[in-house]
Formats: sequence, structure tokens, C-alpha cells
Amino acid sequence: MSMNTQGRPTGAGTAASAGAFASTSGSSLLPNEPLLFEIGDTEHSGVDLPDVTFDESRLGDFARKTPLNLAGLTEPETLRHYVRLSRLNFSIDSGMYPLGSCTMKHNPRLNEKMARLPGFADIHPLQPVSTVQGALELMNELAYWLMTLTNTAAVALSPKAGAHGELCGMMAIRAAQKARGQGHRGVVLVPESAHGTNPATAAFLGYTVRSIGARDDGTVDVEAVKSALGPDVAAIMLTNPNTCGLFEPQVIEIAEAVHEAGAFFYCDGANFNAIMGVVRPGDLGIDAMHINLHKTFSTPHGGGGPGAGPVVLSAALAPFAPVPFVRKSGDGLELVEHAEGEALGRITAFNGQMGMYVRALTYMLSHGGDGLAQAAKDAVLNANYVKARLEKVFSAPFGGQPCLHEALFDDSFLDGTGISTLDFAKALIDEGFHPMTMYFPLVVHGAMLIEPTESEPKQTLDHFCEVMLELAADARAGNQQRFTSAPLKAPRRRLDETRAARAPRLKWEPPVDLPQAAE
Amino acid sequence: MRYLPHSNAERAEMLAVIGTPSEDALFNAVPRRAFKTAPLKLPAHSPEFTVEARMVELAQKNRAAGDGPFFLGAGAYRHHVPASVDHLIQRSEWLTAYTPYQPEVSQGTLQMLFEFQTQVAHLFGMEVANASMYDGSTATAEAVLMAKRLTKRNRIVLSSGLHPHYRDVVRTYVGDTDDLVIVPHSLAGTMPLTIDEHTAAIVVQTPDFYGSLRNIEEYADIAHDAGALLIVVVTEVVSLGLIEAPGPLGADIVVAEGQSIGNSLNFGGPYVGLMATRKEFVRQMPGRLCGETVDSDGNRGFVLTLSTREQHIRREKATSNICTNSGLCALAFTIHMSLLGEAGLVKLARLNHARALALASALESIPGVELLNKTFFNEMTIRLPVAAAPVVDTLARKNILAGVPVSRLEPDDPTVHDLIVLAATELTTDAHIAALVQGLKEVLG
Repeated sequence: MSMNTQGRPTGAGTAASAGAFASTSGSSLLPNEPLLFEIGDTEHSGVDLPDVTFDESRLGDFARKTPLNLAGLTEPETLRHYVRLSRLNFSIDSGMYPLGSCTMKHNPRLNEKMARLPGFADIHPLQPVSTVQGALELMNELAYWLMTLTNTAAVALSPKAGAHGELCGMMAIRAAQKARGQGHRGVVLVPESAHGTNPATAAFLGYTVRSIGARDDGTVDVEAVKSALGPDVAAIMLTNPNTCGLFEPQVIEIAEAVHEAGAFFYCDGANFNAIMGVVRPGDLGIDAMHINLHKTFSTPHGGGGPGAGPVVLSAALAPFAPVPFVRKSGDGLELVEHAEGEALGRITAFNGQMGMYVRALTYMLSHGGDGLAQAAKDAVLNANYVKARLEKVFSAPFGGQPCLHEALFDDSFLDGTGISTLDFAKALIDEGFHPMTMYFPLVVHGAMLIEPTESEPKQTLDHFCEVMLELAADARAGNQQRFTSAPLKAPRRRLDETRAARAPRLKWEPPVDLPQAAE
Repeated sequence: MRYLPHSNAERAEMLAVIGTPSEDALFNAVPRRAFKTAPLKLPAHSPEFTVEARMVELAQKNRAAGDGPFFLGAGAYRHHVPASVDHLIQRSEWLTAYTPYQPEVSQGTLQMLFEFQTQVAHLFGMEVANASMYDGSTATAEAVLMAKRLTKRNRIVLSSGLHPHYRDVVRTYVGDTDDLVIVPHSLAGTMPLTIDEHTAAIVVQTPDFYGSLRNIEEYADIAHDAGALLIVVVTEVVSLGLIEAPGPLGADIVVAEGQSIGNSLNFGGPYVGLMATRKEFVRQMPGRLCGETVDSDGNRGFVLTLSTREQHIRREKATSNICTNSGLCALAFTIHMSLLGEAGLVKLARLNHARALALASALESIPGVELLNKTFFNEMTIRLPVAAAPVVDTLARKNILAGVPVSRLEPDDPTVHDLIVLAATELTTDAHIAALVQGLKEVLG
């Protein structure tokens, strides 16, 4: 076999023994881990399966002729590879992760244990409903909690993530407008501070996006909404609490104006953690709102999913909920799988994210109604504490009022330092914290959005604030290098994103052998 | 409240720093009539053992697949997941990390996604794959929209044999228009496709919903002759251990449900959608992509890339509104696929096919039962002399989960009311098959 100069096999197709327990450069705590395809090969396997033969296959003429070229590892190699890789990740369990808008709260392990009960993990979505009554009861109970927390008439559980929930809610609005003979309404109002998913969802459904500016205090002006409303407007998509971490004080007036104009109010519920158990969005006049179970209800983010984005619906939209949904039937529960009337069809193959439903309900039962309200209040307390400790140095564009679950700063405190928000955030990595959300919301220059969540103890918040203040002092003292060269202590220095995009390498390719390396 | 770190004394201390009398006062922007000072009508917080008892009670009302004979497939398959997969994905560093937007401290997730993309591309014989979608059905709908963007044409032809739920999801996504051509179900396996210069893509599933293998090359020729694209859907990726990959046969976009590898049945989710395509189409592909680059010291590293396609940059001009993917399920897929490797996947596929052959010959031995498939991998359709759903329900009462009555998914199609789709996997034993045969004989009398 041929090897490259680092002693790695040059192709997944070449049988190699070099993979076993390969440890390359880097320390054991910050490993440089080769790719699976550089340590594994097509002969190694970590499973024992019998070799079976059959006289005559039923594959017709479709048997595979080309090789798969999939690298395999034995079990000990697999464990080491993925444990070593995991050490290159920052995570909630390893430190404060104050990513604004993302609600990086503690993920209880009871949730994980419950989701793995065979009665939940090992049931098929198309089993006879008589054999899955517990699953339907769980969905029903989760729906009850969500409707009670939001004071709404119905909930569509099946959306797979927040953006999928937005799509579902906006589809329900489109269907409702059509049913009213208002299908021609082609405009959706979206404030400038909105998450990118909002305008993307509206455009995805063929709506034209009409943008609404923010007031100087970071909130939406009911008068601006009124002047943007018209007979062509189908809906407004408003985030509340908004992406500046503020509760929209005129939200009830906005809802009234929207309804008066014959439009619907879609609320982006990404920030529901700030108000769960304290404010019911139904009382504010919303028609649809997705709830990110992976933010508010502690299901793990998992490095980017899976999420779950159930959508609560007002009475006006309830008839347009997608299938499937659970309904009482005699003394049991049934699963309605086929759309009746003008209801939406199916937005995903099966019943949505059952594994996430189990985790979210486990979290709700653990916290109780009282605990959820206290969690929301502590999340708001923590954000305001960080804001109070930092705002003498950091510039809070919408200061002078309490924030909700996240504190927003702009980059004016860095004026004249030659240091950007990005540099500052990367320096935070060297101090052991995950950076805050940067450059979002777009309405603030060089935004830094800090969401501590209720999970952070006071000592951690104090340490975080001290580090932030020390970094700010150092930035203003002219120590530019510390920031522009950061991070120094992470597994990697700054990565060249331009190079990645210019000539994309999106999968492993066998290296071309150098002549001296060929054997 | 075990998840909340503050004592009341600490809360008071923090409020003093803020200069606010109470936590409630922090909500002063909320209109008073909407602010709840009393708790909502919900149960109060509970100890861990109480919550666990309630959840166990619910779980025990369900008949787990592993509790007896089980033959369901139809888009979700019960395979063995090695213990090390579930152990690894529960490590904090995987479980509790966010989307890798800060690549310097997310190289674990990023390198894993790069490995995942490589595995998926190899599995399908395609040039590029993305970092996962929600599931196979939404990936199919996204592929359809992608084909419309690429061809600037509107018509989509869904061939017969596409999973009915997938068809329904596509219909929800694109709307019920004349441009969505649904080829009616036909067990003869013919493909009367009306395709013209307005057609953006043909969608074909193999093995199809009824378990039969489709001739991808023929579909590719039909599509390409009309300037359309071919979208191939796979709901059982284990089949690719034995069946030729769609890429070499002419697929332009391949989408799949990846649940079979590494992920449990979970009553339908979370699962992991796979999507792969040709390099030239990558800028119209939805979802996250991970790419290789170097850091400022010249070390290899990975980043999310080509994000100018995505909603957080492009907002209303994005290729899709998708944001979250299926990170942890993709990790489970990648780890399980690493444990299998090529040798293991081929063995697993052979084992599945062998179990299916055993099931098929057992079913064929039952008087009145007709096996409809000429070809299959691990799934097949039988016709009963009577309506299928009541038979399946009766067998369920005998603790035999006999498969999926097609009428459950196609209630309006009278031609399928007597059909059952059944799957066998490596977990299907001879005793399970014997119990099914015995049960069917009893019910059919």
C-alpha cells in the first residue's frame, strides 16, 4: 500500500493496519485527529455480522457493481476517534455559552434517559394506534402544556424545527386567507430586527416581504405597522420578546391593528424562554407561534439539531392545522392522519419529533408550572444582571430600560481601538467562554447579544462580567494584538472562510501521491 | 427546583445590583393585563423519581417493536444500533454544543459533518452531500424545489411507488397545482410518464414504497432526454450495501431517509434526511455545508461554507428557510457507518436480504396470500383475500405487528385495501416469521 508522508493510508479502498489507535500530533487534550477516511479502510469493521449466502437473490439486475469506498473502524478505534473529536467542541456542559437568541440552557439527563425508554424509542410511526396509546397520550399531554402556557386553541406538533414551524404557521395563515377569499394578499410585514428565517419563510411561500424599521428604543412602532398595513397584507411576522431582548410594549395594539386590517399575526417564539409561565402569547393576540423545544424546553441542540418546532394556533387558524394530530375517540385517543376540509396536508412523513416531545414533557413535569415561571424570571434576572454590571463600559444601544432574557450591546465601546466585535468575541474564547451572538440583530452596529439563560449560577456570571470588563479595558488600553490574533488557546486559530468558499472541498478526496511517497 | 442555581439570597443580591425591587419589576414593559402574577393551571415541580414514574407509565402503554414479532417498514426500519453509538452521542461535547458557527471551538462537530458528507456522497455515488436535512420526506420536497430553481421549469412528475407520505409532503410544499403530476399507483410497475419541456424533474423511489426495485437508468434517460432532472429517493439506505448507487445510474439529486443507520424508530422522529447532488448544482442545494480550509497557522480545519445560500445571510433571497439540521442524528449515522465500514454495510445488507427471502418464501406458503414483488431488498407487499387493516389489527391483538396496511396511507384508493407492506431486517428471527405465518393462517382461516 502507499502511504503519504504522515504515515496515513492514501485511500479508503486500501487495506491498512495503520489506523489502529492512530495518534498523530497535538496533545491528548487538544488532539489533531485525522479523518475517518485516513485511519479507516474498507476491510475493517466494528460490527460482527454473520456471512450469509443465498442461492438466488431477488435483486433483479440491480446488484451493486461499483465499490462503496466507505471506511470502517473497529469498536475501540471508533470510540477513540469520536471521543478525541468531541474534545474539540465547546459545549454547555463545559462552560458558559451565552449565545443570544439560542437559549443554551442546561439539558437535563433525565430527559435523555426517558427518551430512550423502549416504549418511546422503539415504536414505529405506523403501528396500529391501539399499540401506541401511551405515545398519543404523551403528545396530548405535551399539547395541553403548550396550549396552557400560550392560551391558544390548538397546536401542530409535527414541525421538525423552528423554521419548519414558521413554514407550517405561515402555510396555515395562507390557507386561512384563501378560505376567506383573501388569497390575493401577497405581502408579509417583517421588522428589520427579525431572524433571517422570517423573511426566508415568507419568500419561500411566495410572499413579498415589506420591511418595518425599528424605533430608537429597539421596538416596533404600532404607527409604522399601521401605515404598512393594507388590503394586500396577509400577515405580520413579529418576534416577541424581540431580537434586541425587549418585550414589544405595543404588541397588543399591533395585534389589534393587524386583525382590523384582515391580516394575521405570526409570532416568532424563539425567545419564549423569557416569558414562559409569565405571559401567555394568546393574551397578546397572536394567531400562530412556533416554540423551539430545543431552546425553551431544554432538548439538546446536538451540534445543530435535531430541533422541534411545534406551532400553537389561535381559534381562527386551528382548522388549518396540518395532519397528523391526536384526537379523543371514545375512551382512547386516535391519530388523525388525513386532512379533512381545508386543513393543511402533511409537512413531514410521520408524527414529528417524538424523541423531542418526550424530552420536553419530561422537562415540563420536572419544572412544573411554577418552575417554568421561575426559570423565565431567572433568565431575565441573569440577563439584567450582566447588563447592569457591563453597561458602564459596554454601550447598550437600548439601555435605560430592563431587558428580558438577553442583553444587547453595540461596538461603540471599541471605537478607535482597531478591534472589531469579531476580534473581541474571539478573545473571549481564550478566556474560556463561548462567544456571544455577534452582528445580530442587524439593527445594531457590531451587535453583541448575550443570553446567559437561567442555568448560570451567580459566580459564573460574576466571572464572565469580570472577564468582559478586563477585556474591554485591555482593548481600550491599545492591546490590539490580543484580540486580532485570538483565539490562541482553542484547537484552531482563525479559519480561512474565504478559501473554503472559493474552492469548496466538501468531502474527503484521496490524496494524490507524491512520487517519493509511492512504494 | 433542581435546574435553577440561584438561592433567594443571591436573587436579592443581584436585584440590588440591577437596582430593581423584584424580578417581576423587570417585566415592566409587559402590559399589566397580560402579566400573570399567579401560577398557571399546571402541575407544580416534581422530584426526578416522580417524573420518571409518570414517563415510564406512559411508555409501558406502548408495544415496543422489540417485544415480539414485528414487520413494519414503509419508510422507518428497525435495525440494531451498536451500544457504542448511543454512548458516544450522549457525550456532553456532542450533545450540548450548538451549531458550529464558531469554528475554532467546534472542530469536532465540523470534522464529523465533513465525514458525514463524505459517507453520504460515497453511499450514493454522488459528488457532494450536505450536512443533513430534517428527514427523508422534507429532503424530497426540498429536492423538488431545488430542481425547479435549477431548471427554471415548474412541472414535477412523481412516479408511482413514491412513499405516499412523501408525495403528500411534496404536495404541501409546492401546492396542489396542475404542475404536480402524480403517476397513479400501479403494481405492474409500468411508468407511463408524461414528460415535456416544462418538466423540471422526475421523482422516483427505489426500493419503492411496495418494496420493488426500480430501474433508475431508464428513468434517468427519460428525464435527461427532456432536459429534466432525475431525483432518486431512498427510504432504506441499508439497501445500498447490495443495490447499485443512484449516482452511476444517472441521478442528479439523491435524497434519503438515513434513520436506518444509527437511529431508533422514535415513533417517526427525530430522523436524518440525506441529500446529495452533482458539484455543479451545489449552490442551489439547501441546508448547511461543511468545507475544508486552513487556520492562520496553516493547520487543516473545517468551517460551514457557501452560507450565502442560507437564510441568516440571504434572508428572503435564501435557497430555503432551513436553519436547524439533524446534527445529532447525523452523528449517530456517521458513527454507526464508521463501525460498519464497507465490509460491514455489505454484510448487513446481505443479512437483510436473506431475512427478507426467508419471509417471502414463508408468506408465499400461506394459502390465499399472494406476494406481489418480482424484486425486493428487505421489504415486500402481499395481497390478502380480505381487507388488510382488520387483519393487521387482529394480529396486533395477538402481539404480532404484521406490517403496514396500505389503506392506512391510501384510504381513498380501493385497489390497495387488501395490501400489506412488510419488512424484514437483521432483527427478524425465524420464530418471528413462524409466528406471523401461524397468525395469518389463523386469521385468514
